[in-house]
Amino acid sequence: MEAAGISADQALKPRTSEVISEFISKYGLIALLIAFPAYYGIQDLINDGNLTRIGNNLVDGLSNGAIWALVALGYTLVYGIIELINFAHGEIFMIGAFTSFALWGTLGLTANTGTGGLIGGLLVTLVVAMLVSGSLNVMIERVGYRPLRGAPKLAPLITAVGFSFILQNVGILWLGASQRAVPDLIHSQKELFNVFGLSISRGDLLAVVVTVPLVLLLTSFVAQSRLGKAMRATAQDPEAAKLMGINVDTTISLTFLLGGLLAGAAGLINTLYQTSVWYFQGFTAGLIAFTAAVMGGIGNLRGAVLGGVIIGIIQQVSDNRIGNEWTPAVIFAYLVLIMVFRPQGLIGEETREAG
Amino acid sequence: MNTLRELRTREWTKYLLPAVVLLAVALFPLFRPPLDGFMDDCILALAYVVMALGLNLVVGFAGLLDLGYVAFYALGAMAVGWWASDFYTGVGGEDGIHIGVSGFAATLPGIHINFLLILIGAILVCAVAGAIIGLPTLRLRGDYIAIVTLAFGEIIGRIFQNGDEITLIGDYKLSNGRQSIAPIDSIDIPFLDPFDSALNLRPYYWTVFAMVLVVLFVNIRLRDSKLGRAWIALREDEVAAASMGVPLVKTKLLAYATGGAFGGIAGAFLGTYFSSVNANQFQFGFSIFILAMVILGGLGSIWGVVIGAVALSFVNTRLIPDVLDQGWVGKKLTDLGLDFSFVEISFGIFGFILVIMMVLRPEGILPERRRKMELTEGIGETESVFEARG
Repeated sequence: MEAAGISADQALKPRTSEVISEFISKYGLIALLIAFPAYYGIQDLINDGNLTRIGNNLVDGLSNGAIWALVALGYTLVYGIIELINFAHGEIFMIGAFTSFALWGTLGLTANTGTGGLIGGLLVTLVVAMLVSGSLNVMIERVGYRPLRGAPKLAPLITAVGFSFILQNVGILWLGASQRAVPDLIHSQKELFNVFGLSISRGDLLAVVVTVPLVLLLTSFVAQSRLGKAMRATAQDPEAAKLMGINVDTTISLTFLLGGLLAGAAGLINTLYQTSVWYFQGFTAGLIAFTAAVMGGIGNLRGAVLGGVIIGIIQQVSDNRIGNEWTPAVIFAYLVLIMVFRPQGLIGEETREAG
Repeated sequence: MNTLRELRTREWTKYLLPAVVLLAVALFPLFRPPLDGFMDDCILALAYVVMALGLNLVVGFAGLLDLGYVAFYALGAMAVGWWASDFYTGVGGEDGIHIGVSGFAATLPGIHINFLLILIGAILVCAVAGAIIGLPTLRLRGDYIAIVTLAFGEIIGRIFQNGDEITLIGDYKLSNGRQSIAPIDSIDIPFLDPFDSALNLRPYYWTVFAMVLVVLFVNIRLRDSKLGRAWIALREDEVAAASMGVPLVKTKLLAYATGGAFGGIAGAFLGTYFSSVNANQFQFGFSIFILAMVILGGLGSIWGVVIGAVALSFVNTRLIPDVLDQGWVGKKLTDLGLDFSFVEISFGIFGFILVIMMVLRPEGILPERRRKMELTEGIGETESVFEARG
């Protein structure tokens, strides 16, 4: 309307301020993300003359990021399909970790178990942890979210917060309120090989080896299988999906199951990697993974993985350089910045919420 | 019968019940010993009423889910930590800075400002902080707002928990880190003796009761004002409200600022009452505790929120430690061989309340008429998760 009085030539050229603001929203976040490790990289170059320290941060960050990616996928799947921030998802991850720890005790796995027994035991643990987390997630959806399908959008979010606290307290009852050390089954800090001073430990390898196949499996499931197609249809338009004969409730349950399965796997890897479990680990992990999901563009599977890796690196750099008591604040600051300047994320489409 | 009906139509009768209740609440300490565990619980409950009413402005009236309300508790409590203790010992030379304080506090080093002035300071700090927290959420809607406010709450908590690493001008730290700042000056109101929580709790009770009265009055007046109607319009349909000429930015920021200010004065009071400010309390759980009060009572319903706050506060101070742990239930559980205390899992109980209320009775104990209509008949934000994609 405003352009009516302006000549065509002027109207075509966007104003400088618009160009600048578009530029910032497009590349600002990326610049901000790169600036953080880059700053410390330059500092290393000046102080040590090489990039070993920041390189090691990046490697550790990648393996951390692999875990966050698995958790973030759960957020993104659920948000994509019912536009709900599943606040209890971090606690599902925590329950996965607790299940693994408990199961090791039952199976008698210790740091001295032989390789064959260890691999077998861990595979059993992986399956059980995934199933426990997955079915728990489905149950929460059934009890807490499904009755609220027609309610205002904030209602299921509030139940999600409620479930998050309930599960945290289940964790307290289970293993107590303090951090619990876990047998270092795989000797996760043991160096496997060393490239240009970058040490790759067993834990790093494990995180990547478990995450990559799971992510590939998930993406191909969503992209190719019949049920995956139903999920995508429901995400696009639930009403129309219903008309096409898709059982929307089952599809949503399936989504929660998938998210829970991944969170359970992440719980196991995290326990192996960090060698400790704590009832509160889910809260922090949940927020970090949610930040990752938003960073990648919520609802976007590839975005969640990308976001997870980036957040993992930021977390590691911040842990190592600023001090880990500040890491949550750093991550939340990034969360706020993303929400404000690029709510659609790095590779996401504009969502209704953010638009 | 007829006279009763006549009475009901009179204008003043609708004030009768609140007036009687308030009078009873005001006078009841006279019938209790001055130093009493039950009084202590009542003082806490009233302080939480102030907090919950503040949060109700934001969540209940304006419909902006704020999960970071602890930020205002933190700022209010830190205000007394900074301005009413000997934390900044070196300030103003050996003597310290004293404004409007008498008695013992006037002889101590550090900054010592009168409680009433600190309240004003806390209101200003929290209102500004509320507006700053609100700014990034202006473009967002619904659950994203909840997450951004949650992030701010966590950031502010973290900053105070690690504040001993932050040095302000000169040698002064931002906070005492994980250690608490104590002792805090007792409340010193002109023409009255300074309060002493070790001897007599009544003055504290009446102070917080006066705060509740002010906040209640402001809340009711705000609800019926143009601004309050704008908030409710915003909650019901933001687009419609905007096209009717409700200025979105101003209205939203005012909601955050007012709600924050109430949280701030409650925080300042609690800091003084405990005579210590500990940054470890600034946790997400506190926000949920207050949110559970608002939801239990009924979003947007002033009297409902008052009831919810009092009820949950007593659940926290009485029901969980005394009745559940020490009482019959606790004994039965110990007999069964279950060894745990309910105090440990109190936040799980609050979470349970959130879930139960949302699933079974989302309008709360004492629902506000309008909100109930929205929930049951589908005005406003009722686009279901499905329709939401339109």
